[in-house]
Amino acid sequence: MKVSMTINGQVQSHEVEDRTLLVHYIREACGLTGTNVGCDTSSCGACTVHLNGESVKSCTVLAAQADGEAVTTIEGLAKDGVMHPMQQAFQENHGLQCGYCTPGMVMAAIGLLNEIPNPTEQEVRIGLEGNLCRCTGYHNIVKSVLAAAAK
Amino acid sequence: MIPAAFDYVRVDSADAAIAQLAQHGDDAKILAGGHSLLPLMKLRLASPAKLIDVGRVKDLSYIRDAGDHIAIGALTRHRDVEISDLLKAQNPLLSTVAGHVGDNQVRHRGTIGGSIAHGDGASDLPAAVLALGGTMVVRGPKGERTIAASDFFQGFLTTAIAADELLTEIRVPKIAGAKVSYQKFNRRAQDWAIVGVAAWKSGSASGVGLVNMDSVPVRASAVESALAGGASATDAAAHASDGLTPPSDLNASAEFRSHLARVLTRRALEACGA
Repeated sequence: MKVSMTINGQVQSHEVEDRTLLVHYIREACGLTGTNVGCDTSSCGACTVHLNGESVKSCTVLAAQADGEAVTTIEGLAKDGVMHPMQQAFQENHGLQCGYCTPGMVMAAIGLLNEIPNPTEQEVRIGLEGNLCRCTGYHNIVKSVLAAAAK
Repeated sequence: MIPAAFDYVRVDSADAAIAQLAQHGDDAKILAGGHSLLPLMKLRLASPAKLIDVGRVKDLSYIRDAGDHIAIGALTRHRDVEISDLLKAQNPLLSTVAGHVGDNQVRHRGTIGGSIAHGDGASDLPAAVLALGGTMVVRGPKGERTIAASDFFQGFLTTAIAADELLTEIRVPKIAGAKVSYQKFNRRAQDWAIVGVAAWKSGSASGVGLVNMDSVPVRASAVESALAGGASATDAAAHASDGLTPPSDLNASAEFRSHLARVLTRRALEACGA
């Protein structure tokens, strides 16, 4: 089937199998490999993107379900070579070690601040509970999100 | 992991979905938010030949004051149930439990109807709707009918919805002023509850639903009768696992689940002021 959606402001149309998952559409059909596949079972959050402005796990959404909608991936955050404040906050606060969970963490964190602009530390921890970091870097991730919220 | 191949069709109304169901019967599954169905399909535990996507049937997404009850459209997302001011005022148990489904990302996509229609004994909302004595509205080729929550969950992942019917609405009573509690025991947010207890209490009326204590969501009737008879939270909670056959799996033995049910029920009842 033909699936079209706006990804990071650009219209992307591709012929894919009906069963294609959004994460594979983004990575393979569109070549945007910033979004990672981690657990593949909607547990780890590495594949988090925004669908119409809300954070979703793109391994558990069909590309067909996003047909005609607007998607933002990690590649869509920086503007004119300047990182998004959340990306900057992760850099400044060492919010990552290996980096694998980072694209999903950043997208989930931006989604969280859209809903709770000035969260407490506890609200950040609960708000990011759908994202796993295997370097146990949660402390600095939470610090990064709080720093971004304060900006 | 990728689901087995299927044909996808998106419909724009409940009637169109019912027409598709009539045509494809048991080969078809309804796709709402997809957060119960797609994981099963990826694990190849379900392989429907036809997926009927009702995700954009906007007129099935609402939370309404319907006089003596609150009506919730089947396609209302968990997040909308969680933050609904109407539910917080009139049925805070449902909004509280919706806020414990999965994680933020899951709640943005998953729907109350999808969760109820899936009928998983391990998922949060079916037990809450049971505890509340809710009602499900289903629509099929012969029209609409209502099914009490107590008749709805019939067996492992099996509900009273016929193959040609679509769940359209969930009705819950108004319990303004009731104290509510949801006690969910799990290791990570996105895991199923190892055991969960949804409880509400308002004067002498109460309801207690149990998650993952049987192959279907169950109502802790023995706890409710003990409470009605004046038992303390501790004494009533001692009956939490009466007559149930909880599953044994990697997370917990049946014996441990029974212990958890008693402890979590006591905590829930205490939080409800019992």
